Amino acid sequence: MKSQSIKKRQLLIEAGIVGAIALLFAFLLPAFMSAFRLKLLGRFLSLAIVALGIDLIWGYTGLLSLGHGIFFALGGYALAMHLTLQLPDGELPEFFSLYGVSELPWVWQPFYSFPITILAIIIVPSIVAGLLGYLVFRNRIKGVYFSIITQASLLVFYNFFNGQQKLINGTNGLKTSTQNIFGVEAGSEPAQVAFYQVTILLLILTYCLCRWLTSGRFGRLLVAIRDDEVRVRFSGYNPTWFKVVVFAISGGIAGVAGALYTVQTGIITPSIMEVAFSIEMVIWVAVGGRGTLIGAIIGTLLVGFARSLLSEKFPEVWLFFQGALFLIVVTVLPNGIVGWWREEGVNMVRSLFGLRQEVVTYPSIDEAPEVQKEREEIGS
Amino acid sequence: MLPILDGLFNGISIGSVLLIAALGLAIVFGLMGVINLAHGELMMLGGYGTFVVQNVFKELGEPWFNLYIFFAIPVAFIVAALMGLILERSVIRFLYGRPLETLLATWGVSLILQQFVRSVNWVMVIGMGVFCLLFFGAMFFLRRLRIGNWALWLMGWLSLGIAIVSGILIGKTGQEALTKAWFSARNVDVTAPEWLRGGVPLGNFQLPYARLFIIGLTIIAVVGIYWFLNASDWGLRIRSVTQNRTMSSCLGIPTAQVDALTFALGSGLAGIAGCAITLLGSVGPNTGQNYIVDTFMVVVVGGVGNLLGTIVAAMAIGILSYLIGSGTLAVLLVQVEPLKPLADMFLFFATTSMAKVLIFALIIAFLQVKPAGIFPQKGRTVEL
Amino acid sequence: MTKGLGRRKFLVYGSAGLGSSLLLKALTGKSATATNNLFIAQNGDTIKVGILHSLSGTMAISENTVVEAEKLAIKEINAAGGVLGKQIEAVVEDGASDWPTFAEKAEKLIDQDQVVTVFGCWTSASRKAVKDVFESKNHMLWYPVQYEGQECSKNIFYTGAAPNQQIEPAVDWLLANKGKQFFLVGSDYVFPRTANTIIKEQLKVKGGQTVGEDYLPLGNTEVTPIITKIKVAMPSGGVIFNSLNGDSNVAFFKQLQGAGLTPDKYPVMSVSIAEEEVKQIGKDFLVGHYAAWNYFQTVDTPANQKWVADFKAEYGADRVTNDPMEAAYIMVYLWKQAVEKAGTSQDLEAVRQAAVGQTFDAPEGLVTMKPNHHIAKTVRIGQVRDDGLFNIVWSTEGPVDPLPWNQYVPETKGFACDWTDPNKGEKYKM
Repeated sequence: MKSQSIKKRQLLIEAGIVGAIALLFAFLLPAFMSAFRLKLLGRFLSLAIVALGIDLIWGYTGLLSLGHGIFFALGGYALAMHLTLQLPDGELPEFFSLYGVSELPWVWQPFYSFPITILAIIIVPSIVAGLLGYLVFRNRIKGVYFSIITQASLLVFYNFFNGQQKLINGTNGLKTSTQNIFGVEAGSEPAQVAFYQVTILLLILTYCLCRWLTSGRFGRLLVAIRDDEVRVRFSGYNPTWFKVVVFAISGGIAGVAGALYTVQTGIITPSIMEVAFSIEMVIWVAVGGRGTLIGAIIGTLLVGFARSLLSEKFPEVWLFFQGALFLIVVTVLPNGIVGWWREEGVNMVRSLFGLRQEVVTYPSIDEAPEVQKEREEIGS
Repeated sequence: MLPILDGLFNGISIGSVLLIAALGLAIVFGLMGVINLAHGELMMLGGYGTFVVQNVFKELGEPWFNLYIFFAIPVAFIVAALMGLILERSVIRFLYGRPLETLLATWGVSLILQQFVRSVNWVMVIGMGVFCLLFFGAMFFLRRLRIGNWALWLMGWLSLGIAIVSGILIGKTGQEALTKAWFSARNVDVTAPEWLRGGVPLGNFQLPYARLFIIGLTIIAVVGIYWFLNASDWGLRIRSVTQNRTMSSCLGIPTAQVDALTFALGSGLAGIAGCAITLLGSVGPNTGQNYIVDTFMVVVVGGVGNLLGTIVAAMAIGILSYLIGSGTLAVLLVQVEPLKPLADMFLFFATTSMAKVLIFALIIAFLQVKPAGIFPQKGRTVEL
Repeated sequence: MTKGLGRRKFLVYGSAGLGSSLLLKALTGKSATATNNLFIAQNGDTIKVGILHSLSGTMAISENTVVEAEKLAIKEINAAGGVLGKQIEAVVEDGASDWPTFAEKAEKLIDQDQVVTVFGCWTSASRKAVKDVFESKNHMLWYPVQYEGQECSKNIFYTGAAPNQQIEPAVDWLLANKGKQFFLVGSDYVFPRTANTIIKEQLKVKGGQTVGEDYLPLGNTEVTPIITKIKVAMPSGGVIFNSLNGDSNVAFFKQLQGAGLTPDKYPVMSVSIAEEEVKQIGKDFLVGHYAAWNYFQTVDTPANQKWVADFKAEYGADRVTNDPMEAAYIMVYLWKQAVEKAGTSQDLEAVRQAAVGQTFDAPEGLVTMKPNHHIAKTVRIGQVRDDGLFNIVWSTEGPVDPLPWNQYVPETKGFACDWTDPNKGEKYKM
């Protein structure tokens, strides 16, 4: 009984902190930051959403997807198509006339309606992810194989979108900044601030969703699949369906992120599906700390701002830095910043202030010099 | 008959490029379960090695220049193998048993290598030399003094600082020879020797010498690897570690050395592949990126631990992508009346971009039947 | 009016924003001068212009050369006393070969750095990405690369060729001299696809024949299927019209030669290969093939000889000049002349009006800015010779007037663009 109330209190505290930070971001920051930086922040926050999705499948389930760009782009394209169709009756989007298309392709038809678009942003990527996941997981393809197949499918989607000039304007992509949404121009200042706030809202919702998913029975199963899939299978579960479901959810999350990213960037092109971008998504999670939801968000913001800072000043150094980041994260900091903080950082700060280190077991035993010595000997 | 022969030849020549590029990858993957995303960049290093050899031989004049390719192949092999060895010793050996992390680490390496060839110059090389001298020198002494890790960290940062400062100081002297990038971000031109440029006329068609050369090189490489794995002592060790690492270790096989050797070998093969592709395409910082995904597909389809699978997969993918991409398949099918709709479908995919889409769909379909590749490893394990 | 525009955003957040905006302006102003002090005058009184190209990523190879040409022009102008007595200060931004980044950096240049004009972009996709930014902020972009046309923005000045100044004359010349059968090869993106649409329409009108077309994904180096298609479609020879970009060109020409498709039977006309690319592909594979441009390094004018000499003195004797670089060079001068005529660099409307009608004795010959914001240019066709430069085999008598809206494509036939007449504007029926 008691532990439950403590749990409840902890949950409340967590909710309070999240809410406070969100309010800070949503209302205080716009007053302080320049429109340019704010837009950048909004973009990074939407990328943080996709990072949460990746954390869900990589950090918790152990599936390394190198193809999340697909779902990201699908979400982005869905919203961009809706915005592109904000035209007077009977008129076609401008680019169609360039390629001699005189009738709206059927794919575009549903995107006249806003509710359907919103649904499509979530559902289309989920279905694609689910289908791909089903075909792959059904055959117990996993590990590196899975990563490579997702990467290859990314390339395929990239080629396909690039080549379909008549359908979705090929390389040039779709622009959203001059289109209207609810009668307001999407690139205008108030709309951008609104998008920024919506992004924060959705980031929190996604966070809550992931938190809910990972804290219960489902989450424990995901971790079990990550740690020993065979044993899960022997325990009578079918891991395939859990993996398919979690991959689909992750795809849907990426779709939402893509849509938000698109309206804040003002354009979506197939280049969003380049191989490098999808791998970069993974590194955000890795820097923050996989298996910790908050780490995914922190990692995205850190890497994002480091990128915009470094590539502005020294474009040459950025690739070196990024490469080094990959190496460091997997060798020195396998659990990311948050993981490091939880394992060592807290104790380090404590000892800095002369406080006693936090130990889990019996302090008298744990801090006994003999035990320490023995531990060192075993460790080395 | 001739068009079919031509088609077969072209398919095989595409396949042999894929095969020579995937060979090293397949060996490394089979042995260590590691996918090396920097494989393409090792090919690129091989290409740059070829470029350097070509320029040296250009200085030597005509009779020598025609033979440069034979010197370029071993140079490319050695450059890439050395790089692979460094990579294995410094990064990958710490990551065994964690294939996904290795994937990310090698991607990091590939980014670094790309930027490295863009901006490498004498100042950078000197700086790196200074760093290595200081750091490894310090490590050597610190090891003896048995001083803890923090000293190593300190030395690391200190030597890095000294190296950067000395680099900046040298750069400040304004010697253009020192600060000029060796290759720069531009593509470099590698021109095949005269005798590789034409082709064997065959009716209306022509078999390019360059393609024949690559097919020959691939055959030699495959035969060489087969011989090495099956007839040499180290090959025996590699095979035993591939089959059962723990047992081999128990029997006294130095698995760490086997790993390092295999990785170097796989990287060296990438270097040879890099030399080969200079005959067909460009050499530049992005060269590697153009090949990686295709070669991964070969490995996935081929399966682990059996070179025959890799060979069959490479040839199958090569021939199929030629037949679809060139529209030959569509033309052949159109002649048979009941297959008309099928022909229309192939016609839709008969561009290079769309052929890739179809090939990928076929690969996914194939994996539904044979999830572990053409020749899956047999064993009594629940893991596939 | 335009002067206040850049600052308007600072007023959005009211009084709290005011203080922070002042702080921010101080900060950004400081950092801009600290990091981009390329061409700062001693007295600090400068005119800021933006340079926005890819300094990293796949396009960096090409775009860096254009940046060099722009910097050279700015340096020359500054050495000669600057514009309106002020020195030009260039703020260089990296678009990183990524189209959203281009849009983002364009906004930064306009809002944060408060530049008076931007020189930038290479690919059509990057131009389309920033076009909205420049239009919504009513700002000014100068764009130096030949492109596919079908666009005419009030806020962009195009100093590269429109299709009727490069592609169409090339096709006419090929029809007259090289044959009626055309095979079209291009990279899989917008410029080649639009260019090929135009060529197909033109061939229909002029009695030529399109026997096939294919597109390679960017970076793809396996061209065997395409070569087979060419051989099957034109067994006894014909014209190959090539709009490939980047790495694929290398593979294409190397394998073309290997397959025995020689320039005498299968001449290749390229629209994206200039001196710089010839160097990278290897001249041995290209000798005898053709390219269409407005400028070649071998153009025989005094202005060109001086420019080539200046460029080599600045960047090294082994360097070559090419068409986009030349267009980038002249657009800086055209902007300078427009500013001097308008008497101000801040009032963009006045500069825009003053720009139309400006003439400049460019390395390629006389160029004139037309009311449709494109320039009249001479068209030339060159054949690659043994030293990697071009032998000019044909050129128009004088400058050809630009037609941004294509007259072969049915959808845009009969339309034109005129920004000097408020009733006409972007697209009007002639």
